[in-house]
Amino acid sequence: MKKYTDSGKIDTRSGFGAGLLEAGKQDSRVVALTADLQGSVKMGDFAAAFPDRYFECGIGEANMVGVAAGMALAGKIPFAGSFAEFITGRVYDQIRQEVSYGNTNVKLASSHAGVTLGEDGATHQTMEDIALMRALPGMVVINPCDFNQTKNATIAAAKYNGAVYLRFGRPKWPNFTDPDEPFEIGKAYVMNEGKDVTIFATGHLVWEALGAAQALEAEGICAEVIDIATIKPLDTMTVINSIRKTRCAVVAEEHNVCGGLGELIAGVLATRCPTPLEFINGGDRFGQSGTPSELLAAYGLDSAHIVEAAKKVLDRKN
Amino acid sequence: MASKEELKGIASQVRRDIIRMVSMAGSGHPGGSMSSTDFMTALYFNVMDQTPETWTRDGKGQDVFILSAGHLAPVLYAVLARRGYFPAAELGSLRKYGSRLQGHPSVQKNLPGVHQAAGSLGQGLSCAAGVALAKKLDKDDKKVYVLCGDGESEEGQIWEAGIFAAHHKLDNLIAFTDWNGQQIDGKVEDVGGLGDLQAKWEAFGWKTIVTDGHDFDAILAAFEEAGKSEGKPVMILFRSEMGHGVDFMAGTHKWHGKAPNQEQVEEAMKQLDETMGDF
Repeated sequence: MKKYTDSGKIDTRSGFGAGLLEAGKQDSRVVALTADLQGSVKMGDFAAAFPDRYFECGIGEANMVGVAAGMALAGKIPFAGSFAEFITGRVYDQIRQEVSYGNTNVKLASSHAGVTLGEDGATHQTMEDIALMRALPGMVVINPCDFNQTKNATIAAAKYNGAVYLRFGRPKWPNFTDPDEPFEIGKAYVMNEGKDVTIFATGHLVWEALGAAQALEAEGICAEVIDIATIKPLDTMTVINSIRKTRCAVVAEEHNVCGGLGELIAGVLATRCPTPLEFINGGDRFGQSGTPSELLAAYGLDSAHIVEAAKKVLDRKN
Repeated sequence: MASKEELKGIASQVRRDIIRMVSMAGSGHPGGSMSSTDFMTALYFNVMDQTPETWTRDGKGQDVFILSAGHLAPVLYAVLARRGYFPAAELGSLRKYGSRLQGHPSVQKNLPGVHQAAGSLGQGLSCAAGVALAKKLDKDDKKVYVLCGDGESEEGQIWEAGIFAAHHKLDNLIAFTDWNGQQIDGKVEDVGGLGDLQAKWEAFGWKTIVTDGHDFDAILAAFEEAGKSEGKPVMILFRSEMGHGVDFMAGTHKWHGKAPNQEQVEEAMKQLDETMGDF
Protein backbone atom coordinates (compact mmCIF):
# COMPACT_ATOMS: atom_id res chain seq x y z
CA MET A 1 0.00 0.00 0.00
CA LYS A 2 0.96 3.64 -0.34
CA LYS A 3 3.44 4.65 2.35
CA TYR A 4 2.73 7.58 4.61
CA THR A 5 5.43 8.97 6.84
CA ASP A 6 4.77 10.97 9.96
CA SER A 7 6.95 14.07 9.62
CA GLY A 8 6.60 14.73 13.34
CA LYS A 9 3.62 14.78 15.66
CA ILE A 10 1.89 18.12 15.86
CA ASP A 11 -1.63 19.22 16.77
CA THR A 12 -4.15 20.01 14.06
CA ARG A 13 -5.08 23.21 15.91
CA SER A 14 -1.57 24.44 15.17
CA GLY A 15 -2.30 23.72 11.53
CA PHE A 16 -5.27 26.06 11.90
CA GLY A 17 -3.04 28.71 13.47
CA ALA A 18 -0.53 28.44 10.63
CA GLY A 19 -3.30 28.54 8.03
CA LEU A 20 -4.94 31.54 9.66
CA LEU A 21 -1.66 33.45 9.58
CA GLU A 22 -1.21 32.60 5.90
CA ALA A 23 -4.82 33.51 5.07
CA GLY A 24 -4.28 36.80 6.90
CA LYS A 25 -1.26 37.53 4.75
CA GLN A 26 -3.14 36.71 1.58
CA ASP A 27 -6.26 38.77 2.31
CA SER A 28 -6.52 41.85 4.52
CA ARG A 29 -10.23 41.21 5.01
CA VAL A 30 -9.43 38.20 7.20
CA VAL A 31 -10.01 38.95 10.91
CA ALA A 32 -9.89 36.67 13.95
CA LEU A 33 -12.02 36.59 17.08
CA THR A 34 -11.83 34.45 20.14
CA ALA A 35 -13.55 34.17 23.49
CA ASP A 36 -10.59 34.11 25.89
CA LEU A 37 -8.92 31.12 24.23
CA GLN A 38 -6.27 32.70 22.01
CA GLY A 39 -3.58 30.21 23.02
CA SER A 40 -5.81 27.16 22.90
CA VAL A 41 -7.11 27.87 19.41
CA LYS A 42 -3.67 29.00 18.24
CA MET A 43 -4.51 32.52 17.16
CA GLY A 44 -1.36 33.94 18.73
CA ASP A 45 0.70 34.21 15.55
CA PHE A 46 -2.14 35.93 13.71
CA ALA A 47 -2.68 38.29 16.64
CA ALA A 48 1.02 39.18 16.70
CA ALA A 49 1.19 39.72 12.94
CA PHE A 50 -2.10 41.59 12.62
CA PRO A 51 -2.94 43.11 16.02
CA ASP A 52 -5.51 45.47 14.52
CA ARG A 53 -7.40 42.55 12.94
CA TYR A 54 -7.52 40.40 16.04
CA PHE A 55 -10.39 40.84 18.51
CA GLU A 56 -10.70 39.43 21.99
CA CYS A 57 -14.37 38.94 22.83
CA GLY A 58 -14.01 37.82 26.43
CA ILE A 59 -15.95 34.82 27.68
CA GLY A 60 -19.06 35.50 25.62
CA GLU A 61 -19.34 33.11 22.71
CA ALA A 62 -22.90 34.09 21.79
CA ASN A 63 -21.85 37.69 21.36
CA MET A 64 -18.74 36.61 19.47
CA VAL A 65 -20.80 34.79 16.84
CA GLY A 66 -23.04 37.83 16.42
CA VAL A 67 -20.05 40.17 16.14
CA ALA A 68 -18.50 37.86 13.56
CA ALA A 69 -21.73 37.92 11.55
CA GLY A 70 -21.81 41.71 11.67
CA MET A 71 -18.20 41.95 10.54
CA ALA A 72 -18.91 39.48 7.74
CA LEU A 73 -21.92 41.33 6.43
CA ALA A 74 -19.80 44.48 6.44
CA GLY A 75 -17.27 42.76 4.19
CA LYS A 76 -14.77 41.11 6.52
CA ILE A 77 -13.84 37.42 6.60
CA PRO A 78 -14.03 36.56 10.29
CA PHE A 79 -12.70 33.40 11.90
CA ALA A 80 -14.41 32.97 15.27
CA GLY A 81 -12.62 30.39 17.37
CA SER A 82 -13.30 28.43 20.54
CA PHE A 83 -13.53 24.88 21.81
CA ALA A 84 -15.78 22.74 19.61
CA GLU A 85 -18.52 22.54 22.22
CA PHE A 86 -18.57 26.29 22.83
CA ILE A 87 -18.60 27.23 19.14
CA THR A 88 -21.46 24.83 18.33
CA GLY A 89 -23.76 23.63 21.10
CA ARG A 90 -23.46 26.73 23.22
CA VAL A 91 -24.24 29.06 20.33
CA TYR A 92 -26.38 26.95 18.03
CA ASP A 93 -29.21 29.43 17.75
CA GLN A 94 -26.79 32.29 17.12
CA ILE A 95 -25.12 30.33 14.33
CA ARG A 96 -28.46 29.35 12.89
CA GLN A 97 -29.87 32.89 12.72
CA GLU A 98 -26.82 35.11 12.30
CA VAL A 99 -24.60 32.87 10.17
CA SER A 100 -26.61 30.19 8.39
CA TYR A 101 -30.01 31.81 7.85
CA GLY A 102 -28.32 35.21 7.91
CA ASN A 103 -26.09 34.06 5.05
CA THR A 104 -22.90 35.60 6.41
CA ASN A 105 -19.35 34.66 5.46
CA VAL A 106 -18.32 33.48 8.93
CA LYS A 107 -15.74 30.76 9.59
CA LEU A 108 -16.33 28.84 12.82
CA ALA A 109 -12.95 27.61 14.03
CA SER A 110 -13.62 24.64 16.25
CA SER A 111 -10.77 23.28 18.32
CA HIS A 112 -10.53 20.43 20.83
CA ALA A 113 -13.21 18.36 19.08
CA GLY A 114 -13.83 14.77 20.12
CA VAL A 115 -12.57 12.58 22.95
CA THR A 116 -8.93 13.15 21.96
CA LEU A 117 -9.19 16.45 23.80
CA GLY A 118 -8.32 14.16 26.67
CA GLU A 119 -8.10 15.08 30.33
CA ASP A 120 -10.66 17.91 30.50
CA GLY A 121 -13.49 15.39 30.29
CA ALA A 122 -16.94 15.33 28.76
CA THR A 123 -18.00 18.95 29.32
CA HIS A 124 -15.34 19.94 26.80
CA GLN A 125 -15.28 16.85 24.56
CA THR A 126 -18.07 17.36 22.10
CA MET A 127 -18.91 14.45 19.85
CA GLU A 128 -22.21 15.97 18.71
CA ASP A 129 -20.90 18.95 16.75
CA ILE A 130 -20.86 17.42 13.28
CA ALA A 131 -24.52 16.46 13.63
CA LEU A 132 -25.44 19.98 14.74
CA MET A 133 -23.51 21.73 11.99
CA ARG A 134 -24.55 19.30 9.26
CA ALA A 135 -28.18 20.11 9.95
CA LEU A 136 -27.79 23.79 9.12
CA PRO A 137 -28.77 24.67 5.54
CA GLY A 138 -25.75 25.73 3.50
CA MET A 139 -23.15 25.11 6.20
CA VAL A 140 -19.88 23.66 4.90
CA VAL A 141 -18.40 21.15 7.38
CA ILE A 142 -14.68 20.40 7.17
CA ASN A 143 -12.80 17.98 9.42
CA PRO A 144 -9.18 17.71 8.27
CA CYS A 145 -6.91 14.87 9.30
CA ASP A 146 -3.53 16.39 10.19
CA PHE A 147 -1.56 19.61 10.57
CA ASN A 148 -0.82 20.07 6.87
CA GLN A 149 -4.38 19.45 5.77
CA THR A 150 -5.81 21.68 8.50
CA LYS A 151 -3.48 24.49 7.46
CA ASN A 152 -4.49 24.18 3.82
CA ALA A 153 -8.17 23.77 4.69
CA THR A 154 -8.02 27.02 6.69
CA ILE A 155 -6.60 28.85 3.69
CA ALA A 156 -9.30 27.33 1.47
CA ALA A 157 -12.02 28.29 3.97
CA ALA A 158 -10.88 31.91 3.85
CA LYS A 159 -11.15 31.93 0.07
CA TYR A 160 -14.57 30.28 0.04
CA ASN A 161 -17.49 32.71 0.17
CA GLY A 162 -19.91 31.29 2.71
CA ALA A 163 -20.29 29.86 6.19
CA VAL A 164 -17.78 27.18 7.13
CA TYR A 165 -17.47 24.95 10.18
CA LEU A 166 -13.81 23.94 10.49
CA ARG A 167 -13.17 21.19 13.03
CA PHE A 168 -9.79 20.29 14.48
CA GLY A 169 -8.25 18.93 17.64
CA ARG A 170 -5.92 19.27 20.55
CA PRO A 171 -3.58 16.25 20.68
CA LYS A 172 -0.21 16.01 19.00
CA TRP A 173 -0.95 13.83 16.02
CA PRO A 174 0.98 12.33 13.09
CA ASN A 175 1.48 14.77 10.22
CA PHE A 176 1.54 12.86 6.96
CA THR A 177 -0.30 14.59 4.12
CA ASP A 178 1.45 16.60 1.41
CA PRO A 179 2.06 20.12 2.76
CA ASP A 180 1.89 21.54 -0.76
CA GLU A 181 -1.41 20.00 -1.80
CA PRO A 182 -4.02 22.78 -1.90
CA PHE A 183 -7.20 21.86 -0.06
CA GLU A 184 -10.27 21.47 -2.18
CA ILE A 185 -13.55 21.97 -0.32
CA GLY A 186 -15.95 19.15 -1.17
CA LYS A 187 -13.28 16.69 -2.28
CA ALA A 188 -12.70 13.32 -0.64
CA TYR A 189 -9.07 12.25 -0.81
CA VAL A 190 -8.26 8.68 -1.80
CA MET A 191 -5.31 7.95 0.48
CA ASN A 192 -4.85 4.35 -0.56
CA GLU A 193 -6.39 2.41 -3.40
CA GLY A 194 -7.80 -0.99 -2.54
CA LYS A 195 -10.29 -3.51 -3.84
CA ASP A 196 -11.67 -5.51 -0.90
CA VAL A 197 -13.12 -2.99 1.53
CA THR A 198 -13.32 0.80 1.79
CA ILE A 199 -12.53 2.64 4.98
CA PHE A 200 -14.07 6.10 5.01
CA ALA A 201 -12.49 8.13 7.77
CA THR A 202 -12.48 11.73 8.89
CA GLY A 203 -10.25 13.84 11.13
CA HIS A 204 -7.81 12.10 13.45
CA LEU A 205 -9.18 8.71 12.46
CA VAL A 206 -7.70 8.92 8.95
CA TRP A 207 -4.33 8.03 10.50
CA GLU A 208 -5.97 5.17 12.40
CA ALA A 209 -7.57 4.01 9.14
CA LEU A 210 -4.19 3.97 7.39
CA GLY A 211 -2.78 1.92 10.28
CA ALA A 212 -5.71 -0.47 9.94
CA ALA A 213 -5.15 -0.79 6.18
CA GLN A 214 -1.54 -1.71 6.81
CA ALA A 215 -2.54 -4.38 9.31
CA LEU A 216 -5.15 -5.73 6.90
CA GLU A 217 -2.60 -5.84 4.11
CA ALA A 218 -0.47 -8.17 6.23
CA GLU A 219 -3.46 -10.50 6.23
CA GLY A 220 -3.92 -10.25 2.48
CA ILE A 221 -6.81 -7.80 2.59
CA CYS A 222 -6.52 -4.80 0.32
CA ALA A 223 -8.31 -1.83 1.90
CA GLU A 224 -9.12 1.44 0.16
CA VAL A 225 -8.76 4.41 2.53
CA ILE A 226 -10.66 7.59 1.81
CA ASP A 227 -10.20 10.78 3.79
CA ILE A 228 -13.57 12.51 4.03
CA ALA A 229 -12.06 15.90 4.81
CA THR A 230 -15.24 17.72 3.81
CA ILE A 231 -18.28 16.16 5.43
CA LYS A 232 -20.69 18.64 3.86
CA PRO A 233 -20.97 18.84 0.92
CA LEU A 234 -20.04 15.16 0.68
CA ASP A 235 -18.06 14.00 -2.35
CA THR A 236 -20.70 11.42 -3.22
CA MET A 237 -19.09 10.46 -6.52
CA THR A 238 -15.86 9.40 -4.85
CA VAL A 239 -17.83 7.50 -2.19
CA ILE A 240 -19.96 5.67 -4.74
CA ASN A 241 -17.08 4.94 -7.12
CA SER A 242 -15.16 3.31 -4.31
CA ILE A 243 -18.17 1.27 -3.17
CA ARG A 244 -18.80 0.03 -6.72
CA LYS A 245 -15.31 -1.44 -6.53
CA THR A 246 -15.16 -2.77 -2.95
CA ARG A 247 -18.88 -3.38 -2.25
CA CYS A 248 -18.47 -2.92 1.52
CA ALA A 249 -17.16 -0.26 3.87
CA VAL A 250 -16.28 0.88 7.35
CA VAL A 251 -17.02 4.48 8.32
CA ALA A 252 -14.80 5.87 11.08
CA GLU A 253 -15.24 9.10 12.98
CA GLU A 254 -14.53 10.61 16.36
CA HIS A 255 -18.16 11.53 16.91
CA ASN A 256 -21.45 10.34 18.34
CA VAL A 257 -23.28 7.68 16.32
CA CYS A 258 -26.14 10.12 15.78
CA GLY A 259 -25.89 12.47 12.85
CA GLY A 260 -22.26 11.97 11.96
CA LEU A 261 -20.39 10.76 8.91
CA GLY A 262 -21.61 7.18 9.34
CA GLU A 263 -25.28 8.08 9.04
CA LEU A 264 -24.47 10.45 6.22
CA ILE A 265 -22.73 7.79 4.11
CA ALA A 266 -25.34 5.20 5.01
CA GLY A 267 -28.01 7.59 3.79
CA VAL A 268 -26.27 8.20 0.48
CA LEU A 269 -25.62 4.51 -0.11
CA ALA A 270 -29.13 3.47 0.90
CA THR A 271 -30.55 5.37 -2.04
CA ARG A 272 -27.73 4.89 -4.54
CA CYS A 273 -26.22 1.45 -3.92
CA PRO A 274 -27.15 -0.40 -0.71
CA THR A 275 -23.96 -1.78 0.79
CA PRO A 276 -22.89 -3.68 3.93
CA LEU A 277 -21.44 -1.11 6.35
CA GLU A 278 -19.81 -1.14 9.76
CA PHE A 279 -19.38 1.92 11.93
CA ILE A 280 -16.60 3.17 14.12
CA ASN A 281 -17.76 6.01 16.35
CA GLY A 282 -18.13 7.02 19.98
CA GLY A 283 -21.57 5.45 20.29
CA ASP A 284 -24.34 7.36 21.99
CA ARG A 285 -22.20 8.36 24.93
CA PHE A 286 -20.33 11.21 26.54
CA GLY A 287 -16.56 11.20 26.78
CA GLN A 288 -14.53 11.18 29.99
CA SER A 289 -11.10 12.10 31.30
CA GLY A 290 -8.08 10.17 30.10
CA THR A 291 -5.21 10.40 27.67
CA PRO A 292 -6.11 10.61 23.98
CA SER A 293 -4.75 7.10 23.28
CA GLU A 294 -6.56 5.60 26.26
CA LEU A 295 -9.80 7.18 25.13
CA LEU A 296 -9.39 6.16 21.48
CA ALA A 297 -9.04 2.56 22.61
CA ALA A 298 -11.79 2.74 25.22
CA TYR A 299 -14.28 4.23 22.79
CA GLY A 300 -13.37 1.77 20.06
CA LEU A 301 -11.88 4.35 17.72
CA ASP A 302 -8.35 3.07 17.14
CA SER A 303 -6.89 1.10 14.27
CA ALA A 304 -7.38 -2.25 16.03
CA HIS A 305 -11.14 -1.65 16.15
CA ILE A 306 -11.15 -0.54 12.51
CA VAL A 307 -9.41 -3.80 11.54
CA GLU A 308 -12.08 -5.83 13.36
CA ALA A 309 -14.87 -3.85 11.73
CA ALA A 310 -13.32 -4.33 8.29
CA LYS A 311 -13.16 -8.11 8.76
CA LYS A 312 -16.72 -8.17 10.00
CA VAL A 313 -18.05 -6.25 7.02
CA LEU A 314 -16.01 -8.42 4.64
CA ASP A 315 -17.68 -11.48 6.13
CA ARG A 316 -21.07 -9.91 5.58
CA LYS A 317 -20.23 -9.10 1.97
CA ASN A 318 -19.04 -12.60 1.16
CA MET B 1 -35.05 66.35 5.84
CA ALA B 2 -38.65 66.23 6.86
CA SER B 3 -40.16 68.91 9.08
CA LYS B 4 -41.60 67.93 12.42
CA GLU B 5 -45.11 68.19 10.98
CA GLU B 6 -44.12 66.02 8.03
CA LEU B 7 -42.61 63.42 10.36
CA LYS B 8 -45.87 63.31 12.33
CA GLY B 9 -47.76 62.76 9.10
CA ILE B 10 -45.45 59.98 7.97
CA ALA B 11 -45.66 58.30 11.36
CA SER B 12 -49.44 58.39 11.20
CA GLN B 13 -49.34 56.67 7.81
CA VAL B 14 -46.82 54.13 9.10
CA ARG B 15 -49.13 53.24 11.99
CA ARG B 16 -52.02 52.82 9.54
CA ASP B 17 -49.78 50.55 7.47
CA ILE B 18 -48.78 48.47 10.51
CA ILE B 19 -52.36 47.87 11.57
CA ARG B 20 -53.56 47.06 8.07
CA MET B 21 -50.57 44.79 7.29
CA VAL B 22 -50.94 42.79 10.46
CA SER B 23 -54.69 42.56 10.05
CA MET B 24 -54.36 41.33 6.46
CA ALA B 25 -51.77 38.79 7.56
CA GLY B 26 -54.03 37.61 10.37
CA SER B 27 -51.07 37.59 12.76
CA GLY B 28 -48.06 39.66 13.72
CA HIS B 29 -46.87 42.18 16.26
CA PRO B 30 -48.52 45.60 16.08
CA GLY B 31 -47.94 46.82 19.67
CA GLY B 32 -44.17 47.27 19.70
CA SER B 33 -44.18 48.40 16.09
CA MET B 34 -46.51 51.24 17.06
CA SER B 35 -44.44 52.22 20.10
CA SER B 36 -41.34 52.32 17.86
CA THR B 37 -42.95 54.16 14.95
CA ASP B 38 -41.94 57.71 15.84
CA PHE B 39 -38.23 57.13 16.38
CA MET B 40 -37.99 54.70 13.46
CA THR B 41 -39.62 57.32 11.23
CA ALA B 42 -37.23 60.01 12.48
CA LEU B 43 -34.25 57.68 12.00
CA TYR B 44 -35.02 56.84 8.38
CA PHE B 45 -36.30 60.24 7.25
CA ASN B 46 -34.03 62.63 9.14
CA VAL B 47 -31.14 60.92 10.85
CA MET B 48 -29.48 58.16 8.86
CA ASP B 49 -27.08 58.75 6.01
CA GLN B 50 -28.56 56.01 3.86
CA THR B 51 -30.84 56.13 0.85
CA PRO B 52 -32.84 53.54 -1.07
CA GLU B 53 -30.71 54.31 -4.13
CA THR B 54 -27.35 53.73 -2.44
CA TRP B 55 -28.30 50.99 0.02
CA THR B 56 -26.10 47.88 0.00
CA ARG B 57 -26.06 45.02 2.46
CA ASP B 58 -22.46 45.69 3.47
CA GLY B 59 -23.36 49.32 4.24
CA LYS B 60 -19.91 50.60 3.32
CA GLY B 61 -19.67 54.38 3.48
CA GLN B 62 -23.19 54.77 4.82
CA ASP B 63 -25.09 54.41 8.06
CA VAL B 64 -26.47 50.97 8.88
CA PHE B 65 -29.58 49.95 10.81
CA ILE B 66 -29.91 46.52 12.40
CA LEU B 67 -33.19 45.38 13.93
CA SER B 68 -32.51 43.27 17.00
CA ALA B 69 -36.11 42.81 18.15
CA GLY B 70 -37.14 41.02 14.97
CA HIS B 71 -40.85 40.92 15.75
CA LEU B 72 -40.88 44.67 15.10
CA ALA B 73 -40.71 43.77 11.41
CA PRO B 74 -43.98 45.60 10.59
CA VAL B 75 -42.62 49.01 11.56
CA LEU B 76 -39.34 48.36 9.74
CA TYR B 77 -41.13 47.26 6.57
CA ALA B 78 -43.59 50.15 6.66
CA VAL B 79 -40.87 52.76 7.23
CA LEU B 80 -38.68 51.25 4.50
CA ALA B 81 -41.58 51.24 2.05
CA ARG B 82 -42.60 54.80 2.86
CA ARG B 83 -38.97 55.89 2.49
CA GLY B 84 -38.91 54.30 -0.98
CA TYR B 85 -36.89 51.11 -0.51
CA PHE B 86 -39.64 49.06 -2.14
CA PRO B 87 -43.22 49.73 -3.28
CA ALA B 88 -45.73 50.31 -0.49
CA ALA B 89 -48.09 47.92 -2.31
CA GLU B 90 -45.79 45.09 -1.20
CA LEU B 91 -46.72 45.73 2.44
CA GLY B 92 -49.90 43.75 1.86
CA SER B 93 -47.83 40.61 1.34
CA LEU B 94 -46.56 40.50 4.95
CA ARG B 95 -46.33 36.92 6.21
CA LYS B 96 -47.75 35.49 2.97
CA TYR B 97 -46.21 32.59 1.08
CA GLY B 98 -43.48 33.72 -1.30
CA SER B 99 -43.30 37.24 0.17
CA ARG B 100 -40.08 39.15 0.71
CA LEU B 101 -41.77 40.42 3.88
CA GLN B 102 -41.22 37.37 6.05
CA GLY B 103 -42.85 37.23 9.47
CA HIS B 104 -39.47 38.22 10.88
CA PRO B 105 -36.79 39.94 8.77
CA SER B 106 -34.84 37.70 6.41
CA VAL B 107 -31.95 38.29 4.06
CA GLN B 108 -32.81 35.20 2.05
CA LYS B 109 -35.19 37.08 -0.21
CA ASN B 110 -33.06 40.19 -0.72
CA LEU B 111 -35.52 42.75 0.59
CA PRO B 112 -33.77 46.12 0.18
CA GLY B 113 -32.98 47.77 3.50
CA VAL B 114 -32.64 44.58 5.52
CA HIS B 115 -29.04 43.90 6.52
CA GLN B 116 -29.57 40.88 8.74
CA ALA B 117 -32.08 38.26 9.84
CA ALA B 118 -33.73 38.75 13.22
CA GLY B 119 -36.38 37.03 15.28
CA SER B 120 -34.56 35.00 17.87
CA LEU B 121 -34.04 37.72 20.43
CA GLY B 122 -30.91 39.26 21.89
CA GLN B 123 -28.66 38.84 18.87
CA GLY B 124 -28.88 42.02 16.83
CA LEU B 125 -26.88 44.14 19.25
CA SER B 126 -23.90 41.81 18.80
CA CYS B 127 -24.29 41.92 15.04
CA ALA B 128 -24.48 45.71 15.08
CA ALA B 129 -21.33 45.79 17.23
CA GLY B 130 -19.64 43.68 14.56
CA VAL B 131 -20.64 46.10 11.82
CA ALA B 132 -19.42 49.00 13.98
CA LEU B 133 -16.11 47.24 14.55
CA ALA B 134 -15.71 46.61 10.81
CA LYS B 135 -16.37 50.31 10.17
CA LYS B 136 -13.67 51.27 12.68
CA LEU B 137 -11.27 48.93 10.91
CA ASP B 138 -12.16 50.45 7.53
CA LYS B 139 -11.89 54.01 8.91
CA ASP B 140 -15.50 54.47 7.78
CA ASP B 141 -16.93 57.19 10.03
CA LYS B 142 -20.58 56.31 9.48
CA LYS B 143 -22.80 55.07 12.30
CA VAL B 144 -24.51 51.81 13.14
CA TYR B 145 -27.99 52.00 14.66
CA VAL B 146 -29.76 49.12 16.34
CA LEU B 147 -33.22 48.78 17.87
CA CYS B 148 -33.72 46.56 20.91
CA GLY B 149 -36.81 45.83 22.95
CA ASP B 150 -36.93 46.27 26.71
CA GLY B 151 -38.30 42.74 27.12
CA GLU B 152 -35.56 41.58 24.77
CA SER B 153 -33.04 43.01 27.21
CA GLU B 154 -33.75 40.07 29.50
CA GLU B 155 -31.59 38.03 27.11
CA GLY B 156 -28.08 37.48 28.44
CA GLN B 157 -26.46 38.10 25.09
CA ILE B 158 -27.60 41.73 25.17
CA TRP B 159 -25.31 42.23 28.15
CA GLU B 160 -22.46 40.28 26.58
CA ALA B 161 -22.72 42.73 23.69
CA GLY B 162 -22.86 45.55 26.22
CA ILE B 163 -19.53 44.50 27.71
CA PHE B 164 -17.99 43.97 24.28
CA ALA B 165 -19.02 47.28 22.72
CA ALA B 166 -17.83 49.29 25.70
CA HIS B 167 -14.56 47.35 25.89
CA HIS B 168 -13.86 48.07 22.23
CA LYS B 169 -14.99 51.72 22.59
CA LEU B 170 -17.51 51.46 19.78
CA ASP B 171 -18.67 55.08 19.86
CA ASN B 172 -20.05 54.65 16.33
CA LEU B 173 -22.67 52.26 17.72
CA ILE B 174 -25.98 53.88 18.61
CA ALA B 175 -28.43 51.47 20.18
CA PHE B 176 -31.92 52.46 21.13
CA THR B 177 -34.50 50.66 23.20
CA ASP B 178 -38.24 50.75 22.76
CA TRP B 179 -38.86 51.13 26.49
CA ASN B 180 -42.60 50.48 26.44
CA GLY B 181 -42.61 48.40 29.61
CA GLN B 182 -44.61 45.55 28.06
CA GLN B 183 -43.81 42.05 26.87
CA ILE B 184 -45.90 39.06 25.79
CA ASP B 185 -46.84 37.80 29.23
CA GLY B 186 -47.46 41.19 30.81
CA LYS B 187 -45.61 44.20 32.15
CA VAL B 188 -41.83 43.89 32.03
CA GLU B 189 -41.67 44.71 35.74
CA ASP B 190 -43.94 41.72 36.44
CA VAL B 191 -42.29 39.27 34.04
CA GLY B 192 -38.56 39.86 34.14
CA GLY B 193 -38.05 43.16 35.97
CA LEU B 194 -35.13 45.08 34.55
CA GLY B 195 -34.97 47.63 37.35
CA ASP B 196 -33.14 50.82 36.50
CA LEU B 197 -32.28 50.21 32.86
CA GLN B 198 -30.39 53.49 32.55
CA ALA B 199 -28.21 52.69 35.56
CA LYS B 200 -27.51 49.24 34.12
CA TRP B 201 -26.27 50.65 30.81
CA GLU B 202 -24.27 53.36 32.58
CA ALA B 203 -22.65 50.66 34.72
CA PHE B 204 -21.76 48.78 31.56
CA GLY B 205 -19.82 51.82 30.39
CA TRP B 206 -22.26 53.20 27.85
CA LYS B 207 -23.36 56.78 27.31
CA THR B 208 -27.09 56.83 27.99
CA ILE B 209 -29.89 59.15 26.99
CA VAL B 210 -33.43 58.81 28.29
CA THR B 211 -36.12 60.65 26.44
CA ASP B 212 -39.70 60.71 25.20
CA GLY B 213 -40.05 58.29 22.30
CA HIS B 214 -43.17 60.01 20.96
CA ASP B 215 -41.87 63.61 20.81
CA PHE B 216 -40.02 64.36 17.58
CA ASP B 217 -38.04 67.24 19.07
CA ALA B 218 -36.82 64.95 21.84
CA ILE B 219 -36.13 62.06 19.43
CA LEU B 220 -34.10 64.18 17.02
CA ALA B 221 -32.18 65.81 19.86
CA ALA B 222 -31.36 62.38 21.31
CA PHE B 223 -30.03 61.07 18.01
CA GLU B 224 -27.99 64.24 17.54
CA GLU B 225 -26.47 63.98 20.99
CA ALA B 226 -25.80 60.27 20.47
CA GLY B 227 -23.86 61.02 17.33
CA LYS B 228 -21.36 63.10 19.31
CA SER B 229 -20.26 60.35 21.67
CA GLU B 230 -16.54 59.85 22.01
CA GLY B 231 -15.11 56.59 23.27
CA LYS B 232 -18.41 55.09 24.38
CA PRO B 233 -21.27 53.31 22.64
CA VAL B 234 -24.63 54.97 23.16
CA MET B 235 -27.92 53.60 24.43
CA ILE B 236 -30.97 55.80 23.92
CA LEU B 237 -33.84 54.65 26.09
CA PHE B 238 -37.01 55.86 24.41
CA ARG B 239 -39.85 55.95 26.88
CA SER B 240 -42.78 54.79 24.81
CA GLU B 241 -46.25 53.33 24.89
CA MET B 242 -47.12 49.99 23.34
CA GLY B 243 -49.82 50.42 20.71
CA HIS B 244 -49.33 54.22 20.72
CA GLY B 245 -51.67 56.17 18.46
CA VAL B 246 -54.83 54.09 18.83
CA ASP B 247 -56.67 54.42 22.13
CA PHE B 248 -57.86 50.85 22.53
CA MET B 249 -54.44 49.42 21.67
CA ALA B 250 -52.35 51.73 23.81
CA GLY B 251 -50.50 50.82 26.96
CA THR B 252 -51.23 47.11 27.16
CA HIS B 253 -49.27 43.96 26.42
CA LYS B 254 -52.43 42.48 24.91
CA TRP B 255 -51.49 44.03 21.57
CA HIS B 256 -47.95 42.73 21.58
CA GLY B 257 -48.67 39.93 19.16
CA LYS B 258 -52.30 40.07 18.08
CA ALA B 259 -53.88 41.05 14.79
CA PRO B 260 -56.83 43.47 14.92
CA ASN B 261 -60.07 42.35 13.30
CA GLN B 262 -61.87 44.33 10.58
CA GLU B 263 -64.00 46.29 13.01
CA GLN B 264 -60.96 47.21 15.08
CA VAL B 265 -59.06 48.25 11.96
CA GLU B 266 -61.89 50.56 10.98
CA GLU B 267 -61.96 52.08 14.45
CA ALA B 268 -58.16 52.52 14.41
CA MET B 269 -58.21 54.17 10.98
CA LYS B 270 -60.51 56.89 12.36
CA GLN B 271 -57.76 57.79 14.82
CA LEU B 272 -54.86 57.91 12.34
CA ASP B 273 -54.67 60.32 9.40
CA GLU B 274 -54.06 58.87 5.97
CA THR B 275 -51.25 61.16 4.82
CA MET B 276 -49.46 59.24 2.06
CA GLY B 277 -52.22 57.09 0.61
CA ASP B 278 -52.93 53.61 1.94
CA PHE B 279 -51.27 50.75 0.10
